[in-house]
Order: sequence, then C-alpha cells, then structure tokens
Amino acid sequence: MYDIKELFEATSVQNAVELRLAHPQALILAGGSDILIQMREGRLAGRELLSIYGLDELRGVTLEEDGTIRIGSLTSFTHVTQDPIVQKYINVLGQAVDMIGGPQIRNIGTIGGNTCNGVTSADSASTLFAWDAMIELTGNEGTRRVPISEFYIKAGVVDVRSDELQTAILIPKESYEGYQGHYIKYAMRNAMDIATSGCSVNVKLSEDKKTIEDVRIAYGVQGPTPLRAVVAEGLGRKKEISLDLIKQISEAVIEDIKPRDSWRASKALRQHIAVEMAHRCLIEAIKLSGGEV
Amino acid sequence: MTVGQSVPRVDALDKVIGRAKYTDDLCEKNAYTAKILHSTIANGIVKSIDVSEALNIPGVVKIVTCFDVPKFLFPTAGHPWSTDPAHQDVADRLLLTDRVRFYGDDVAAVIAETEVAAKQALEAIKVEYEAYPFVLDVQEAMKPDAPQLFDAYPNNILGHSSIRRGNYEEAIKEPGLTKFEAWYETPTVQHCHIENHICYASMEGNRITVVSSTQIPHIVRRIVGQALGIPWGDVRIVKPYIGGGFGNKQDSLYEPLCAYLTTQVGGRPVKIDVTREETFVCNRVRHAIRSHLISWVRPDGSFAARKLECYSNQGAYASHGHGIAAKGMNALPQLYPCDNMECDSYTVFTNRPVAGAMRGYGIPQAMFAAESQTDDIAIALGIDPVEYRRKYLMPAGYVDGFSKNENYFDTFNQCMDKGKKYIDFDRKFKEYQKQTGPIRKGVGCSVFWYNTGVWPISLESSSCRMVLNQDGSVQVQLAETEIGQGADTAFAQMTADALGINFNKVHVISTQDTDVTPFGTSAYASRQTYVGGFAIKQTALLLKERILKYAYELTRMPSFELDLVEGQIIRKTDGRVMISLAELATEALYSMSHSEHMTSESTYQIKSNAYSFGCCFAEVEVDIPLCKVTLVDIINVHDAGQLINPALAEAQVHGGMSMGIGYALSEQLLFDPKTGKTLNDNLLDYKLSTFVDHPHLEAQFVENFEPTSSFGTKALGEPPVCPVAPAIRNAILNATGVAINNIPMTPHILFERFKEEGLI
Repeated sequence: MYDIKELFEATSVQNAVELRLAHPQALILAGGSDILIQMREGRLAGRELLSIYGLDELRGVTLEEDGTIRIGSLTSFTHVTQDPIVQKYINVLGQAVDMIGGPQIRNIGTIGGNTCNGVTSADSASTLFAWDAMIELTGNEGTRRVPISEFYIKAGVVDVRSDELQTAILIPKESYEGYQGHYIKYAMRNAMDIATSGCSVNVKLSEDKKTIEDVRIAYGVQGPTPLRAVVAEGLGRKKEISLDLIKQISEAVIEDIKPRDSWRASKALRQHIAVEMAHRCLIEAIKLSGGEV
Repeated sequence: MTVGQSVPRVDALDKVIGRAKYTDDLCEKNAYTAKILHSTIANGIVKSIDVSEALNIPGVVKIVTCFDVPKFLFPTAGHPWSTDPAHQDVADRLLLTDRVRFYGDDVAAVIAETEVAAKQALEAIKVEYEAYPFVLDVQEAMKPDAPQLFDAYPNNILGHSSIRRGNYEEAIKEPGLTKFEAWYETPTVQHCHIENHICYASMEGNRITVVSSTQIPHIVRRIVGQALGIPWGDVRIVKPYIGGGFGNKQDSLYEPLCAYLTTQVGGRPVKIDVTREETFVCNRVRHAIRSHLISWVRPDGSFAARKLECYSNQGAYASHGHGIAAKGMNALPQLYPCDNMECDSYTVFTNRPVAGAMRGYGIPQAMFAAESQTDDIAIALGIDPVEYRRKYLMPAGYVDGFSKNENYFDTFNQCMDKGKKYIDFDRKFKEYQKQTGPIRKGVGCSVFWYNTGVWPISLESSSCRMVLNQDGSVQVQLAETEIGQGADTAFAQMTADALGINFNKVHVISTQDTDVTPFGTSAYASRQTYVGGFAIKQTALLLKERILKYAYELTRMPSFELDLVEGQIIRKTDGRVMISLAELATEALYSMSHSEHMTSESTYQIKSNAYSFGCCFAEVEVDIPLCKVTLVDIINVHDAGQLINPALAEAQVHGGMSMGIGYALSEQLLFDPKTGKTLNDNLLDYKLSTFVDHPHLEAQFVENFEPTSSFGTKALGEPPVCPVAPAIRNAILNATGVAINNIPMTPHILFERFKEEGLI
C-alpha cells in the first residue's frame, strides 16, 4: 500500500502541462519503478503524483525526415532494445538498457524516466551522452531542445521546468552516422543490479579503417552526473589506430573522471575499472567499425 | 516401494496454481496492522517517547512503547527447552526495550487500521535517546574498555569453549615442521527467504492464537508463554505453508509481540508483516566468524599440531548463541584427526543485528578456514590437493567418542572420485597452474562433514499420529514442518512404505497446529527426515498391528500370518488377498458388533546421530584487470545415505549450492562505522546472487545406506552450502596463485589482493 496523497492522470501532453501548472507539487510518474520505490521507502511518502503513463503518443521510436532518431520518452527499455531503428543505427543503446534490472523492470521502466531521474548510474544515460543526444521538453510555450550534457544539472536534478515534461530523446543524424559503439556495465552481479560504473564508447573510423576520425567516451558513476571524457577523446581524434594509442586514451580518462569513495566502491577501484572499461570499449567499438587492433 | 522414487511433491500443484495458503492469505480481513519503531542509535537507552502527535493520525488505534510492556525476559532460540536451568537458552529479550543494543532494536509498536496510517505514525513518534558508545567488531568488543552490552557477560563474552588434545606446545618442537598460519574472515549474511516473517494474532476466550510463518510452532508456543507470562496452554500456534526459513524462522521473531498486541485491542486480529529491510536488520543473520588457524605440518603433509581460535560475532542478543561457533570449532578435529590440538572459540556480543541459526550452523565458516588452509598446505608441499585430502581426512571406520557417530564407509573418497571426474580435476589443476595473461581459469575442491541432528547435545524426539479413513487412506501428522524442503513428500513416501499402502493414499496434514499436532521440536538442523522416519515407522507399525488384529475378526486368520501390502490384507502363507484395507476400514467404522476408530500415535526418542559427508569441486574464470570471478562449473557430491526422493534431494543441493555461491562471491551485510546502521538492508545493495550468476549446478550422490536410520537416510538440508566457498576460493588460487582469506571474494577484495600481489 502506497502513501499517495493524490493521483492525477494526464489525458494528453497539453493536459499534462496544464496539470503541471495546476499541481506544482505533483511528481511526474512514468513507469514508476523509481518513484514508487522511494514512496515506499518514505522519501516521497505522501506526495501527489501526475501520471503521464497513459500518453501513448510518447511511446515508440521513429526516424524523422532529417534522419534524427526520435525516441518517445515513455518508450520502455524492452521496446528500445527490440526496436529495429535502434538496432540498425544505435544498437549499443538497446544493449545498454537491456542490462537494467530484470525483465519486469525493463517492461515498466521508461527511457524518459531513466534520464529524468537524474542519477549518474542510469544505464541509458552514459550511452546517450556518448551519442550527444538532445532532450526534448514540452511546456506551456511549446517545445525546446537541450543537449543531454546540459540537461543534467547536478546529482538528482535535471532541467525540467515547472510547466514542462520530457517528451522525447533525439539522436541527430550527425551523431550516429558512421559511428559504432560499445557499452560495458560494471556491476557486482549479472542482473538486478545498479552499475558500479558504466562506460559507453563510440568511434568513427576513416574510410580505410586505419584512423580514428572521432571518438566519444562517456561514463556513469564516475562523477555526480554522467560525464564525457573530453581530454581522453581529444587524444584519440585523427590518430592512427594502435594498441599504444588505445592505452594512451584509456589512461587519460583519469583526468576526466571524478569518482568518489563510498561504501559501494572505493575511488581507487572505480578509477581502475574506468581505465580498463575504456580500453575494452575502444577495442570493441573499433572492431565493430571494421577496424583492426 | 516409493522410498527412493522421485514422486512429485505432494504440495506441488497447490503451490504452482496458487491455491496453497500462506499466512497472509489466511489473515482475517479485519485485522489491524502493527508496525514496529526501531531505534536509530546502536547502543543506549530510551529516555522518553512522545506519541501524542502520532495518536492523532487517522487510523491509528493504539501505540505501545517499551515503557508499557511486561518485563518478562525470554529466550528466542528455537531449541528444545531444557528442564535443567543450566542448559536453558539465555533469556535476554523483552517485547520492546528501553535498553537499546543495536541500530534497529524494537522500541515501540503502532497498531493501526491500515499500513499507511501505521507508517505515518512511526514517522510522527518522537523518541529521546541517551546514546552510549558502541562496538561492532568482535575482537574490539572483547577489550576491557569496550562498551558492555550486558552486565552478566564481562568483556561481552557470551560463550567460550575449548578443546585440548595432546600437548600442542610440545608437539610444535618436533624438528622439520612447517608452520602455516592465517586469519580467515567470513561475513554477516542473511537467509533471504522469499517470504518475510509474518504473523497475526487474535484471541478467543482467554487464549491467544498466533498464525505464523515459522519453522518451529511448538517451540514458539513455549516462548510466547514465557514472554507474556501466561500458561503455555493458553497459547496456540498455527503454522501454514511458509516461503522458506533457512534457520531465520528457527527463532521466535515477532510472535510474542504480536500475541501481546492483540491483548491490547480486545483480542482483535493484529498482523505484523515485516519488510525486507526489517528481515535484514531485525530478524537474524549468520554469525560472522573470524578464525585464526595455525598448522604445524610434517614434510609428508601430516599434522603434528594445530591451533584454532574462532571469534564469533553474536550481535546484540544471545539467540542461538555459542552453539554455532562451538559446532564449527568441533568439526575440525574430526575432519582431519590430529593428536595435538588447542582450540578456543568465543562468541561475543556486539552492537550489530542479532546472529542466530542459519543453514550450516557454523560449518560454512569453519570449512572456509579449514579447507582454505588444506589447499595452502598441499600446494606448498607440492602434493595434489585431492590426494592430500585422501591421506589425512577422517578415515573409514572413524568413531567419534562423544556422539558415537561412525564413518561406516569410504565416503570421502567415493565423493571426491565423482567430483574430480565430473570437473576433470587432475588435468585442469595442472594445466591451469601455468597460466599467464589477463583471463585465467582455475579449479578447486573442498570437503565437509555434518551432523544430521542435535543428539547428544539436546533432545531428539519425534511424534507422529496416523488416522485411518473409510477408503483405506490415512492422515499423517508430525511436528516436523514443511518449510519448502519437501518434508511432507518424504513423510508421505515413508508412511506409504512403512504401513504398506499406496503413496496416493497418504494425506500428510501440512499445517501444524499446536492444539492438535503431536508434540515435536520441528524443522531445524538437518534432521526432519532422519527423526521423522523413526516416528513414522514406529507409528505405522502400531497402526498396522491394530489393522491386522481387526483383520483377524474379519478373515479368521491369525494376525501374525497376515500382512498389509499396497493396501491389501494378504495371507502370508500363500500370498492370497483376504480383504482390502478399504473394506476393512469401512467395516471397522460402521460395524454393528465392533466399531473402532483406527488410529495410532507414538513418540520415538532418538538417541543416535549420523555423519553426513560431501565435497564440492568448482571451476572459475578470473578476469584479473576487472577483478571479477565467473563461476564456470560447479558440482557438489553428497553422501546423505539412501535418498528418499532423488529429485527433491537434487533440488535441495541446488539451493544450498546457490547459497554457497553468494556466500563465496557476493553476499555481505555492511554496517556504518559511524552509526552502526546497516547500510545495505535491501536486495539491491545486498548482492544475493541471481540466476544469471550461476552456471549449471551439478548435484551427484553416493548412497551409502545409513545403518542407524530407519530408512537409511541422513542429513542433506544444510550440507550443500558447507563446502562451496572454500572450493571457489581454492579455484581462484589455482587460477591466479593468490590466496584470498576473506569472503565474499568481491571485486573490492580482489582489487586489493591483486594489487598486493602485483597482478594489476
């Protein structure tokens, strides 16, 4: 039994915006796999909820005219993984969200909820950082788009204004065309776990597959929000592929990441696995792109 | 014969289709909900409790605090009561306490109409504490200046026992000995049964009925009586199907409090349904035991002398107490007989959650220390670890002077032969010693022995009742409880064979109700099949005697020339069927000349025990840079005597292996050193291993008929968990050359150890 003060159910995106304004204290409820747990634990007990779960227009993956991949915010993890557009262009995202929780959580949990939750460990987030995803928000004055790196403000806080809800996650064509990616989730068991850290790497190789044209390295749980290893990425761009180069890039991530000690894992362990994950992800992504290491 | 056949469980269909009733299914719809307020300090006293605001919350019925409850100290351990005060469990609990001894102790209870109201009230209660310094570490707690939990136990030592055999100090002077010494650390883990503890209580007349998810209804009846200061006969405990126990429910948990709360609301039903968080913190956990083992070994590998010190972390209350550490310590001299031994075990109170019974009862901890060192010795001496064990393990014919247990067969070798063949140990062990590179494989093994029951340390008794129906079927009742392990099915199989009727004519009454179920001390140790077997056979023979006596009246044949076979009365001289049991039973009930209700009931007191044996072989793959272990393959081989039901036996072994895998690699409760609070009291942060963390679990058996047992059977409930962790540890050693003496062997531990050894 949950201690819910009142539940409002939106009938359309416009109605959701109206309800947001009418009930500023209400929390937006998507799949509920985070909110209801926190409600049971007491942290969110007694709160009002605004459910948008019935808004089917926010479900599904489509390819827009300009080649942008549009993922409706209420698309479940299972549907992201099984979607043919995702599988064809950004398969690593489907693989990453397939590592969340267990099958039931992946059926109820949504990619929008995963990002709006604002936690650094979200399995979708590091991969969306690596793809330079854009977040679409709809409010009283229409829609706006924010780069995902700006959407995350600090731990647990994202840029959703008081009249807004997240309506889509967009991957622009220039972000994915020619890129291949690999994700490693590092957790203490193989299912039903939250990442101790996660690493998602995209690479784009030259035509002859000898040179890294572009590389993007993103992490979860190496700082209060998901982050990109910009220093390390800079070392990799326009460089000829070699094991030395991969080692150099991997070791440089130490300069980018900001892990901390907690009872869940030491800073030293997180740093150690960050380097090792970058190394393995780079090799896998290069191989997926047709390169040789 | 159905014994030895894999007949389907008698409760399978009901459990699969959801018809089986558990405590919450049975609870009356008008029951109040009770929620317990737990302390937010680890040590200290409650100075005052202000409930005024909480009482104003709609739906709150009553709030009972530690200042309101009766002050009858009671013990909680699910042991048979002893009429000798010197052997009684420590009575150190109150229903609610103003003397808080761990973070999570019970200080007040809210009775409300709904769970939400009860939870809101918990938030609104204001408690003023006086906090004392607290201690979490077992050896820190033994220091003179450590915070003291109980005046009666100086230095917090609840129990200390020792073994002195030969002369250790003299023996170590023998020339040419090699000394092996290490500290071994095992974690606090929790049982993690699916169904959390739940109970509800109500009153009729002056009597209190508690329906509870427990393993031990008759014991709980006694404890509720003690806790409330009421006659034990005024208490009735009903035990329906339960979703697992593993020893946690071999303790009185919240039944006494629940029984008290119903008395505070006029006997209306009150339910306590604890959360998973409370299960982790406020029920029972496994004792974390730190062991210091020193072995003085001759060049041929034989033991000249051994010294063992065990420090067992009891947590805040005595519960099962020193029995766990003592049992673990006592296992070593029998496992590897040695003439000169000096062993000491200490059980020590700390301000941590209470440790109690858990599957294996001290043996998983002891085997981790003992069998880790066995491999270290064998490898250092250049002896194959299996061959080493063959030479120095308890030999066939060994008899323990205290229990009179005998190792009747060459069981250890038979088990290890099967295990090493399955895992291809000889080839792999050598091959894996020469590896380089980041990903390496390893194989390891471990053995154990285990006692089936508790004789001669405490009472072993089992009672049984059988009632014959008109159709020749029987109801069977025992106090030994079905807790998921399949006891009811095994009992039905044994009844069918002992009485001479078909399996489908046996109706085991699964529910125990202390008003009607014969007395017995229920499900614990690994004894139900063993002890229940005696009572079943004795009671079946009594019923059969009665049936055959009646058959004389109907057939005019002497009862000593008659027998009951598959539900038919046969004449033994020529095998002719004289009358069916169904016809006889109908006649007996409705006869105008001699009507008789055919029943039998008896108690059998067991004065024997039986060694159970086995081994585990594991194969791992270690990813050194990622500090991760993947279990590739694993086999347990058990000699549990004759298997009553091979399919159920295999399932039992699978469950125990799974528990052992978590113990070895991932499970551990963590405590905040600043507050004493349990940090990971949930199934996300407590890393119970999942389906995808397990490889195929191979279970094999050696079926040496146990001569002391009515059905040739002995322990299998707890044994499967005992050898798993050291086998995995030894496999990691084979893979990497790194000896890890702390479990669970998580990436955190591997990271530190691999750094120390220069592997990363």
